[in-house]
Amino acid sequence: MMMRKFSYGLLAGAALMAAGAIHAQTIAPAPVVTPTAAPPAADNGVLTGTVSDDTAWQSLGIAIPSFATNADVPTAASAGSTAQLGRAIAEVITGDLKNNGLFKPTGPNSLPPIPIIQVLTPDFPTWSTRGAEMLVHGSVSAASNGNLVVGCYLYDVSLRQQLVKATWEMAPGDWRRAAHKCADTVYSRLSGESPFFDSRIAYIAETGPKDHRMKRLAIMDSDGANHRFITTGQAMALTPRFSPDYRKIVYLSYLNGRPRIYVYDVESASQKLVAETGNPTFAPRWSPDGKWILYSMASAGNTNIYRVSANGGISQKLTETPGINVGGSYSPDGSKIVFESDRGGSQQIYVMNADGSNQRRISFFGGRAATPEWSPRGDQIAFTHIAGNLRIAVMGVDGGGMRYLTNSWQDEAPTWAPNGRIIQFFRTEKGTGKTSIWQVDLTGRNERRLPTPVDGSDPSWGPIRQ
Amino acid sequence: MMPSMLNTRLLSAGVLVSVSALALSACSPKPPKQLPPEPGPPVTNTTPAPAPMVPAGPTPGSQADFLASVGGRDTIHFALDKYDIDQISADILRVQAGWLLKYPAKKATIEGHADERGTRDYNLALGERRANSAKAFLVSLGVDASRLTTVSYGKERPVDPASTEEAWAKNRRAVTVTID
Repeated sequence: MMMRKFSYGLLAGAALMAAGAIHAQTIAPAPVVTPTAAPPAADNGVLTGTVSDDTAWQSLGIAIPSFATNADVPTAASAGSTAQLGRAIAEVITGDLKNNGLFKPTGPNSLPPIPIIQVLTPDFPTWSTRGAEMLVHGSVSAASNGNLVVGCYLYDVSLRQQLVKATWEMAPGDWRRAAHKCADTVYSRLSGESPFFDSRIAYIAETGPKDHRMKRLAIMDSDGANHRFITTGQAMALTPRFSPDYRKIVYLSYLNGRPRIYVYDVESASQKLVAETGNPTFAPRWSPDGKWILYSMASAGNTNIYRVSANGGISQKLTETPGINVGGSYSPDGSKIVFESDRGGSQQIYVMNADGSNQRRISFFGGRAATPEWSPRGDQIAFTHIAGNLRIAVMGVDGGGMRYLTNSWQDEAPTWAPNGRIIQFFRTEKGTGKTSIWQVDLTGRNERRLPTPVDGSDPSWGPIRQ
Repeated sequence: MMPSMLNTRLLSAGVLVSVSALALSACSPKPPKQLPPEPGPPVTNTTPAPAPMVPAGPTPGSQADFLASVGGRDTIHFALDKYDIDQISADILRVQAGWLLKYPAKKATIEGHADERGTRDYNLALGERRANSAKAFLVSLGVDASRLTTVSYGKERPVDPASTEEAWAKNRRAVTVTID
């Protein structure tokens, strides 16, 4: 679980794996301000991209050969020895970078391995003739304490310059996190955006026929790896949300036939009721600081939104109108809540202060609007628009600038990537009711299905891991 | 969508007129395809039909007895995004209330459902609202509120898994299940 980053000065030509004067620190998402404006390199056609979008002019060619090792030794990691890990890590980085339309990564399956000496002194002429504009090198070594040390270096081939580097030490079981951290480092340096690959997703795994679906709580990494089922499926589970620190999951369970929300503790594998009430509770959400849980409770046919401390205690009723007030998503600073209500006759989106005051409608574009989710950047709200089909859309926080991101029969329940640049949602197939999890970027052009072992719905994307 | 809804309602009304309709339909030829299926909801599939030939009927006061005495009409339906009790539903609930008043010790759960064309959380709330409408109506007829619980399944338990207007009309429902 613990990962430490050794930070160096940028562009410093330090010795490989300089183990000397380093200050280990917890990884913090350092905002990078200047995207690299690399001049376009000659394209010899050697590198081939796998980007789904065909606007190749803006896709940056990145070569990612296997990470090198100073000694190929066995490790406790699932991927094998340090050399095998070097290849696996490069593959994970390639997979991360290829799906957002910005990059045209070429991975270790298409590239020759490099000797360890080149990690710090790349063979720029060769990479230039291969058509690489950017180059990712890295190293893997086994530390004496059993941990792995992974170095990650990004070079601009045309400038023949190192752009960024980072090194992490982690337990062997966390080797994929090093790959995600390296992908995040490359992504942030080249795009100017905050990182998002080193994050996790909670969702509902679905099996069985449409009228008797088994629905189980499950978790996985942002790329679908490290998948784990949490519940057995005996009680139907719905709408999970990871706590900001990833230690807990709040979700709806039909345990004992009564739909109520529980907080599941990942480490102890135990759960407890959030609110002791005779009424059904559902649609749970965390506040950004993890101190509060929003939930919806039905009573005498009406549903209203409540807030309770994550430690339990007395619930505070935030909405009080006839009809259905449901869901809710905090603004990143925790001061406001966007939610849905049919108080005006149909499902629409409203905003209120976190204490329930100043409730006002913001969606005025026809159709119905549901499941609003505030972007982690604070500037947009993603939601489900219903006008016949269900589609994912975004709008400004004042309700302006509404635009669709997807166009399918039934897409719903958007959830933001930690950096607010990609939206995840689930898609239901007409007739069969089969469900799958998808990601789309804010242009709406780059859409991809996230691999899951069985059908998946109700995805919820957690924050970047520290 | 409205025409098909209307068909459903009209057929339901027709069935309600004749208490023996369920028994009759068991030996009738299959209805035309565009009509909704036989009036019994799926939960009744395992329940023995109240065939007059069988000498021993269901145990008085049991769920089987409830189904038999309400003619299989344990379900009411709702229009799109609605939760009001219309005349057809009111008639069905009156028959249900009659049985519940006859067996004052029996409790019942009303299950509320929505069709698949809505978002999950909202449909959970809508299903609850529909179940509560049915409950409130039964209470207005004299059934003690403490005997009736509600549970919403939202869009999670369709009775007809098809993605058609007809299926959605069938799935927007509240089902009364007595507790044996």
